[in-house]
Amino acid sequence: MIESHLSLLIVVFPLLTAPIVAVLPNGRLPWAISTFVSWSVFAMACVQLFNVSTGNVISYELGGWAPPWGIEYRIDAANALVALIVSGIAAVTLPYALKSIEKEIPQHQHSLFYAAFMLCFTGLLGITQTGDIFNLFVFLEISSLSSYALISLGKKRQALTASYQYLIMGTIGATFFIIGVGLLYVMTGTLNMADLAQRLPEMYEHRTIHTAFAFIMVGFALKLALFPLHLWLPNAYTYAPTVVTIFLAATATKVAVYVMLRVVFSVFGFSFIENTPTDELFLLLCVVGILSMSFYAIYQRDSKRLLAYSSVAQIGYMMLGIGFGSMLGVTATLVHLFNHALMKGALFMAIGAIVYQVGSSRLQHMSGLGKQMPWTFAAIMIGGMSLIGVPGTAGFISKWYLVLAAIEQQQWLIVAVILIGSLLAVIYVWKLIEVLYFKPANETAQNISRQTSVKEAPLMLLIPMWILVLANVYFGFNTELTVGTAEQAVKLLLPGMN
Amino acid sequence: MDYIISHYNYWLVIIIMMAGFYTVISRGNLVKKIAGLNIFQVSVFLLYISIGNVKDGAVPIIEKGVTLYSNPLPHVLILTAIVVGVATTALGLALVIRIKEAYGTIEEDDIHNQDQSL
Repeated sequence: MIESHLSLLIVVFPLLTAPIVAVLPNGRLPWAISTFVSWSVFAMACVQLFNVSTGNVISYELGGWAPPWGIEYRIDAANALVALIVSGIAAVTLPYALKSIEKEIPQHQHSLFYAAFMLCFTGLLGITQTGDIFNLFVFLEISSLSSYALISLGKKRQALTASYQYLIMGTIGATFFIIGVGLLYVMTGTLNMADLAQRLPEMYEHRTIHTAFAFIMVGFALKLALFPLHLWLPNAYTYAPTVVTIFLAATATKVAVYVMLRVVFSVFGFSFIENTPTDELFLLLCVVGILSMSFYAIYQRDSKRLLAYSSVAQIGYMMLGIGFGSMLGVTATLVHLFNHALMKGALFMAIGAIVYQVGSSRLQHMSGLGKQMPWTFAAIMIGGMSLIGVPGTAGFISKWYLVLAAIEQQQWLIVAVILIGSLLAVIYVWKLIEVLYFKPANETAQNISRQTSVKEAPLMLLIPMWILVLANVYFGFNTELTVGTAEQAVKLLLPGMN
Repeated sequence: MDYIISHYNYWLVIIIMMAGFYTVISRGNLVKKIAGLNIFQVSVFLLYISIGNVKDGAVPIIEKGVTLYSNPLPHVLILTAIVVGVATTALGLALVIRIKEAYGTIEEDDIHNQDQSL
């Protein structure tokens, strides 16, 4: 019974939790319920991934209406993997949230915070589960609107302007997306993605289809912060409460990359993309994005902002795989999607632990903390190594596949860019480590809200952080789940290329 | 020429869309930006409503003697988008109120200057 409705329950469960949590009194109860829900959704996502891991596709008809008339949830290995990332990150972020938001969000807003968090969670899961392109838009807006609210909860007033900026850019992106969807509907008369994929090939030459494609691409490039449409991201990540940054950095952009994959490969098909300049354009933007954003990251004075710029650069790596359009390339994209969620989650959690103890994420306030907070420091070390792509960490696996894909296509310039990008990552990760470990705790920093000795973060922050850190190491050695699932997904995304 | 006139609603959509989009980009006043965003979204509503219209089609309510109906689906879709638009506007304006309380102004340049001088 539950088994057959699993695909829907994954979305409905957190959706129903949101209003319940919103009316509960502030305290631990909303937190406990949200955490319970996120773990059960995580368990369901695991079962779902297991069900599709052999390469079959689950089709769930909402309300019993047969597709293409009704809304269809269509789960294959790609969706299931992204749903697993989203629910997994939520499941480790929520235990972390209890302590972290005590310091960052006023007490009377706690239950509303969990409600918004659950809505954002619903939206992101909905995007991954649905097979209907308009339904996707609705879930996109559910997740976006709740994330604007979540970002604006940040302590500094810049959080408000960051959220406003994101609202404007995000709404333009989403509106572009529905213009594109509308144009597709005019031409094909359907909104079901599988149905669209069947009807589109005969109209490839039509101008309207090209316009629709352009609108959808630009719209989602805004949502996933592809360089140069990333301007909302650094501010939003810097000023949002740390828990929100962890969750959004590890999931929101990943889900947008997944939509890009879905639209490019499942709906339009790569043979359409090859005849447009899109793939070359992606490669160009990714190359410029990786290099320039890594440079920007080096010069930041705030640790959260540094990681935010690094995120924009990493999105470049993910999009490179789509630009290649080869099986290896898309495998690399999916693997990096998963691994980057783990490394950025771990790093932002470590920064969050420092913010919890010191009250600031600026580098100058963090000097010398590495000795006082050894576990947090070690987490930054390992997370940073994964970000660079040191062998033995998850980051290495995705970089490896990306380089292989570039070599396969004889794109030597891009191989060089990936390697230079990693070297730049060494510099900005080193910057964090230098400040934390090698700089003495200076006097000016002591005066700013710092007690004479800073202790290690509480266990409630350390345990989720180390779950992600250990996952980084684990998936650096055991690639069965990540690469295996990604290869399975690619077979379905790129059918004609075995 | 007939072609241009008979598709006047699409021309209208493009004009409104560009007007709204330009307002969002060019205005420094946060409320005006939201207004521009609204105009931009309204143009999309008009686009959807236009594409649902079938030439000589009747209102999509089943009735004897009528065989040709307009397509109701885009209209239903855009109902959803209108709700989303209302929610976005409400949230945007709520943010503007909070920004006004925090900065004492809703001009983008002033806000930028205040953040820089810190």
